[in-house]
Amino acid sequence: MDIFEKMMKLDRRWIFLFLIIVCVVTYAIPFKVPILVEPEVRSIYNFIDSLPPGDIILVAIDYDPNNLAELHPMTYALVEHAWRKKLRVIFTALSQNGPGMAEQAILDISDSLKQDRTFNGVHFKGREIKNGIDYTFLGYKPYYALVILGMGQNFRLPFPTDYYGTPLDSIPMMRGVLNYDQVAGVIDLSGGSITDAWISYGQGRFNFPLALGLTGVMTAQYYPYLGSGQVFGIMGGLLGAAEYEELADNPGRAKDGMRIQLYAHMVIILFIIMGNVGYFAERRRQKREEKGR
Amino acid sequence: MDFSTFLWTTFAVFVTLATFSFLYKDNPFYKFAEHLVVGVSAGYFVIILWYNGLVPNLFDRLKDGDWYLIWLNSSKPWYLIPAILGILMWTRFSKKYSWVSRWPMALYIGIATGVAIPLEMSNRVNKQLFATMTSIDWTNFFGHGHFNLLDTTSGLSQVIIFVGALSALIYFFFSKEHTGWFGGVANLGIWTLMIGFGASFGFTVMARISLFINRLQDIKAWGIEALDASPRANPNYGPGFLIVFWLFVAFVAGYIVYELVNYFRSRTVQS
Repeated sequence: MDIFEKMMKLDRRWIFLFLIIVCVVTYAIPFKVPILVEPEVRSIYNFIDSLPPGDIILVAIDYDPNNLAELHPMTYALVEHAWRKKLRVIFTALSQNGPGMAEQAILDISDSLKQDRTFNGVHFKGREIKNGIDYTFLGYKPYYALVILGMGQNFRLPFPTDYYGTPLDSIPMMRGVLNYDQVAGVIDLSGGSITDAWISYGQGRFNFPLALGLTGVMTAQYYPYLGSGQVFGIMGGLLGAAEYEELADNPGRAKDGMRIQLYAHMVIILFIIMGNVGYFAERRRQKREEKGR
Repeated sequence: MDFSTFLWTTFAVFVTLATFSFLYKDNPFYKFAEHLVVGVSAGYFVIILWYNGLVPNLFDRLKDGDWYLIWLNSSKPWYLIPAILGILMWTRFSKKYSWVSRWPMALYIGIATGVAIPLEMSNRVNKQLFATMTSIDWTNFFGHGHFNLLDTTSGLSQVIIFVGALSALIYFFFSKEHTGWFGGVANLGIWTLMIGFGASFGFTVMARISLFINRLQDIKAWGIEALDASPRANPNYGPGFLIVFWLFVAFVAGYIVYELVNYFRSRTVQS
């Protein structure tokens, strides 16, 4: 068996082991990698940054724990930015296991808001984030397409109460907030087909500004909606979250993970090259053998 | 971190390692982790559905009625109609009456289709067609303001998108043989599709590595807590932390040794 044949028949477990070693070693050594911010992420940041205090945005936390690694950093960076700007946030969670994700994020970010912090040279005093004043968490309802359509008429149709059972009319923040007309924009952070519903039944039907935070697997599929103007921004995977953290000057788990991504991708590229070299060398050898006969 | 949180975090680390052990081979620890995820997700979903779906949307709306009058005297008795339709779905479990479930199903599919077709057609077909066939921006052909081939809104990008979309569609046109100029355009379509798949593959690699990074970050946080667990390093921690930590390390090390012994034994038998 020559080296090219060995390349082709390499046990995949060696690749896993090599990848794990590279990831662990690069994670153990702290160094910074530059984050280049794409316009599609910058437009989401600029949108949040340009809104006046008191404006309402809707953040749809439509992901389950299996997408937490990529989408939680986006939620943390984006919502902290919004709350530091004193925006009010309506949260929904239209994925089955989404309420747990949303609650965890709300609690963690509320804790972070209690501290004085400086972002991009601007000092923000810590403050208490209050349910019903700074945010309303509507929770989960089944059949997301109908829920999105229902919220376009009146938030009270699919959500007579918030997640904690308080009637929407008793919530100070929701007074006078009827539907998407009172919302400056919607940011959907999703790990599944709910994004399609936000595009078709939400933005398409009610014409509000929509931005997407997506898992890496989904991202390439949704770029056409950026080109058509149906969405004004896209954050794709951990890189998108790292770009937002970079813009918001709030480094978190996404930026921390980018140095591992860099070397992990190099490993994958190396194995792709090895596989291709092995394949073409094998094909050449076979052709030579056929000619020899 | 209190002892109970430390215990749960240790369990989370164990489940993480159990899940990744599948990369080596299928084993009982992986099976345990897999079943745990499915079971916990299903249980959580049932409770969420009950308290976020049925309670506020049905029971709360009928609560001013009396159960012994099957809520017909409530102020909103029409909410009983979807409840009955929902119950009819359960007739699928009966061979004799399973046909009844077609009625609520037909209603649901009818409404969903009526809602979906115009919106899906408008937003996911027509608007995408318009975006593909937009007029070319000749004034900013090589980028807005300055030369930038990566500017996705430049005239050149619009041409590439149009040509790429058209050639990819031609590749899927099988009523004419892919030879001559037609074959050339179809070939360009393959390249367009391959570039698209390549972008998706790159993003997918990033997604999978992200999952591993997240687990690394959690394990690191746990490791820091564990290393700081001696009462001398941190007076808040008792000996219980160290016992849990070393039991965990011994367990993982024991399993690795067990696998290695099995591996070398099987090699000896083979030789």
